[in-house]
Amino acid sequence: MLTGNAAAAWGVRLAEVDYIPIYPITPQTEIIETLAGWISNGVMDSRFVTMDSEHSMLTAAGSASATGARAFTATSSQGLLYGFEMLYAVAGWRVPLVMVNVSRGLSSPITLEPDHNDVLAARDTGFLQIHCETCQEVLDSILMAYRLAEDERVLLPIFVNLDGFYLSFTREPVEVPDVEQVRNFLPLYQPKHAFFKASQPMAQSAAVLGGLAYSYFKYQMHMASQNALAVYKEVCDEFETGFGRNYDTIEGYMLDDADYVLVMTNSFSTLGKAAVNAARERGLKAGLLRLRLLRPFPVTDLKAAVTGKKAVAVIDQNISIGKGGILHSEIASCLYHEKHRPLLLSFIAGLGGKNISPDEFEFIINKMVTGADTEDAGTAQLLYTDTEWQEMGRLKGMAGKG
Amino acid sequence: MAGNGAIEGDGGKGVKDMGVERIKSIKGIPPEENVLPGTPACAGCGGLLALRHCMKALGQKIVIVNAAGCFTLLTIYPYTPFKNSWLYTAMACAPAGAQGIRDALDILIKKGRLDPDEDLKVVVLTGDGAAYDMSLSSTSGAINRNLDFYYICYDNEAYGNTGVQWSGATPFASKTGTTPPGMIRPMGAELVKKDLFAIWGSHKPPYLATISPAHPVDLINKFKKAEQYNGPKLFIALSPCPPGWGIDTSYTVKLAKLAVDTGVWALKEAVSGDLKHTVVPKRFKPVEEYLQVQGRFAHLFKPVRQEAALNKIQEGVNEYWNRHKLLL
Repeated sequence: MLTGNAAAAWGVRLAEVDYIPIYPITPQTEIIETLAGWISNGVMDSRFVTMDSEHSMLTAAGSASATGARAFTATSSQGLLYGFEMLYAVAGWRVPLVMVNVSRGLSSPITLEPDHNDVLAARDTGFLQIHCETCQEVLDSILMAYRLAEDERVLLPIFVNLDGFYLSFTREPVEVPDVEQVRNFLPLYQPKHAFFKASQPMAQSAAVLGGLAYSYFKYQMHMASQNALAVYKEVCDEFETGFGRNYDTIEGYMLDDADYVLVMTNSFSTLGKAAVNAARERGLKAGLLRLRLLRPFPVTDLKAAVTGKKAVAVIDQNISIGKGGILHSEIASCLYHEKHRPLLLSFIAGLGGKNISPDEFEFIINKMVTGADTEDAGTAQLLYTDTEWQEMGRLKGMAGKG
Repeated sequence: MAGNGAIEGDGGKGVKDMGVERIKSIKGIPPEENVLPGTPACAGCGGLLALRHCMKALGQKIVIVNAAGCFTLLTIYPYTPFKNSWLYTAMACAPAGAQGIRDALDILIKKGRLDPDEDLKVVVLTGDGAAYDMSLSSTSGAINRNLDFYYICYDNEAYGNTGVQWSGATPFASKTGTTPPGMIRPMGAELVKKDLFAIWGSHKPPYLATISPAHPVDLINKFKKAEQYNGPKLFIALSPCPPGWGIDTSYTVKLAKLAVDTGVWALKEAVSGDLKHTVVPKRFKPVEEYLQVQGRFAHLFKPVRQEAALNKIQEGVNEYWNRHKLLL
């Protein structure tokens, strides 16, 4: 039994990472404490250094990767935003850094529990993104992430995301692979494109003047990220061959024959799957699509999975203030040109770790059913139950704002 | 300053100081050029002249880790004036970049994946905006971790690359784009320059020095001395900046000399906290000689002479040298 954080640490240990610059932040700290213990006890041969900030941490991780070492780091929430400048920088260096983000809502108000505004803020940086539902998936995804990022057709850094508290501190049975088996799957990192050594001086991260070179390098990154879609499938197949577990870009749950589809990411998908079971018991053909790979966005797989469905409800655990759900926008843009596109509904839920109750799932599924009948998707719904409303009223009363 | 040891038999060019080979005159400066001509730096850039000498001392087996500043534009794709490696990071974090590279080289050598002959010295290259302000956090961390690196600050006393605005290194009464002298604030910059040497010194690194592009022998000898210490090694080069200081491009070396001769810029080093001034003028020139030739201080003289501000500057210089019992 391992927590999500411990599973992440095991992934890093099995990947035989050379270098781990860190900075503490809740709820990812258990990862770095676990690694620190192994390194201190000599079971891991890595260098571990506590930096002065996430900005420095990302710089050190990226520059070590640019020197030719396999690097890892982890953060959450405010830490991710503190280092944000360096996400773009490190992605532009084209180095295969693997970074875990343990999702947590963003200040203000300052909070601890998860939503995905932190990691989704990084969606345009060039980092690839894998989002996990289970502890096993966290461990496995770190191994897959190194394979994907280090592939010469890709050479971009990558996030492995898990939800704070709900997954980071939840214990689940996790199969820890044998290190020899991992070595077969993930060979030593030996970069041909970016390194520092005396005999071959190299200027990395040079400035450019004007849009000519700037556009070229940005387009290169975009095309590399697109390449990662095909490379991901290869990595996925090899992983399944080696370890017997399959992780496609998207996961379908009772999806094939479903008319009404919930779209979710990360650990709350487990709640969504239970809601699908309940709906099926009510005689509704419900299903769930969990997005696992968010960058590059698996457009083809998504289209194939939802085209022809009656309705799709995107449950965004994030909010783009002034626009709405981020994934709803992204999915809508994928489906716009589809002749048999489903009705697409938008729900904001689970912000700051707020529960999504069975009643709310029923509400969402009913909205899909009536929406499909009336061909009206309605506007985005900000989910908040009566009980929650009353409780918030009580808090406001205590704050003198009743 | 002459060394204390015996003169070596090399034509009088070198002397030994505590076992370290030193040069006596500009004849001893290494002839190799490791910053090649054709950079986009401004004409008369004092920082570039200082860097040229630093690079002669450091040789080619180095990697420069650069912070955002004027010298970021030395390496513009597909050109570089350097024979050595380079990594631009960002404004706040060049010392963190140095940490990652140093650690990675050490690990790769230890694990047998990199030949020890391929090792590099790690050199941070930063302007004063990053050094005195934005990168203090990452710098403090790197010094505290005793990171083995060189840190070169070309200090032109303002945010130069953005067109000359006030920085933590800007001296009192300097005119910059964000400290314009006016009716309410006639002296321009109200604050005094931060003491980066002391900020570093409080972390107890093995080697600290100030350098000047007008004193290349002193500069080279400081690198030679620093080389023997494992850990952080600081070099702050006061770097006359023709567009920022309002001086003719041919006045760079003259100004750099005047800064030393008036006592405004103290050339010194500290080995494990043991402070020594390496160039002390026999007679200090009045600070006004340094100020009046610079456009950034012109408002102290015209249209009205700002006596109080001028006195404050001279008193600040006197106080420094009195404190070190070197004012003759």
